[in-house]
Amino acid sequence: MILRFLESAGATVRESIESLGFATRAFFNLLRFAPGAFRRPALISEQIHFIGNYSLVITIVSGLFVGLVLGLQFYVNLIQFGAEDKLGSLVALSLIRELGPVVTALLFAGRAGTSLTAEIGLMKAGEQLSAMEMMAVNPVQRVLAPRFWGGVIAMPVLAAVFSAVGIMGSYLVAVKMLSLDEGAFWSQMQAGVDVNRDVVSSVIKSFVFGIAVTFTAVFQGYHVKPTPADVARATTRTVVIASLLVLGLDFVMTALMFTQ
Amino acid sequence: MHRKIIDIWVGLFVLLGAAAVLFLALQAGNMSSLSFAETYAVTGKFDNIGGLKPQAPVKSAGVVVGRVGDISFDDKTYQAMVRLDLDPNYKFPKDSSLKILTAGLLGEQYIGIEPGGDTKNLVDGDRINRTQSATVLEDLINQFIYSKAADGKESSK
Repeated sequence: MILRFLESAGATVRESIESLGFATRAFFNLLRFAPGAFRRPALISEQIHFIGNYSLVITIVSGLFVGLVLGLQFYVNLIQFGAEDKLGSLVALSLIRELGPVVTALLFAGRAGTSLTAEIGLMKAGEQLSAMEMMAVNPVQRVLAPRFWGGVIAMPVLAAVFSAVGIMGSYLVAVKMLSLDEGAFWSQMQAGVDVNRDVVSSVIKSFVFGIAVTFTAVFQGYHVKPTPADVARATTRTVVIASLLVLGLDFVMTALMFTQ
Repeated sequence: MHRKIIDIWVGLFVLLGAAAVLFLALQAGNMSSLSFAETYAVTGKFDNIGGLKPQAPVKSAGVVVGRVGDISFDDKTYQAMVRLDLDPNYKFPKDSSLKILTAGLLGEQYIGIEPGGDTKNLVDGDRINRTQSATVLEDLINQFIYSKAADGKESSK
């Protein structure tokens, strides 16, 4: 009994390491063929449209609401210490450093990640990818690489839009609704946010998240079992794995960028 | 035709992102660590710099006239060497003095530069000799206790 349990535990560990290695090899394979995708920029631009433009609405609306809520929550707590002038700085730093890249990446995984996985999975289930290989067209370069670049280019844009809209949302709540001093709001924010440290780190983070989420989505779609049931399971796997990757990478990058 | 429309939307999308980054950089942030403006360097030695950090402002009469550059330790005189990068638009006399002050009660520390009366001005590479170190809370408390003890001795005489 115990032997069987140990055996299955060992098999699980071995399988996880094996799939990790497989995923790493697939990542380098994708990177190898990725630059070739620029020979057909129309494909990449089409993918940016599907991945980025169609995610704009959810990003802007979420950013607005997150900014509104942050403004309210910080105000209620800061007013107890008479420090409500710091509201702008706190909201901007929260959004630019952490919430912008991370929340955008999670929303991106849910919206664009699932659609990428489903699309590529259905292409595999419908044997389109095998047909491409028959015609000596590399499906990694033709199908995966443009979607990868689309996601990598769209993510930083979406994260920046999220942060900017969030800051404007908190401005609405703090200055218009709660009558905070407008000058104090912006000047404290400008004193607290350092472009080199915060804005650049935010862009780097969102770029890394873009790579992680898009690769997970594309990989799960490509290596799905060619049945509709497994395509559905693959989309769930994409969201779970991409979200965990994003949160883990966020911790690592925050530790690297923001500790002295 | 269909391709053109997509390209336009993608172009707008990327422009929106660039506008958002610009907004964050200009409106929400300060460019203090990105400015490549010319500065001239002046050094000062302090017994204790307290919580002074690089990029802290150097102010005169409350106006920012420069930033703190390097902070290092001189192990010959056991003092801290602070390099100030000052805006070349503002000239200070050679006998100006430096003080380490705190913005607000618990705020960041900055350097205040007070002009002296010399006719010649500081140039790049000069050393300022009149410096006042940061106030350390423990020293203040010690001073207070000693002065109370001294008062007690005087009144019992």
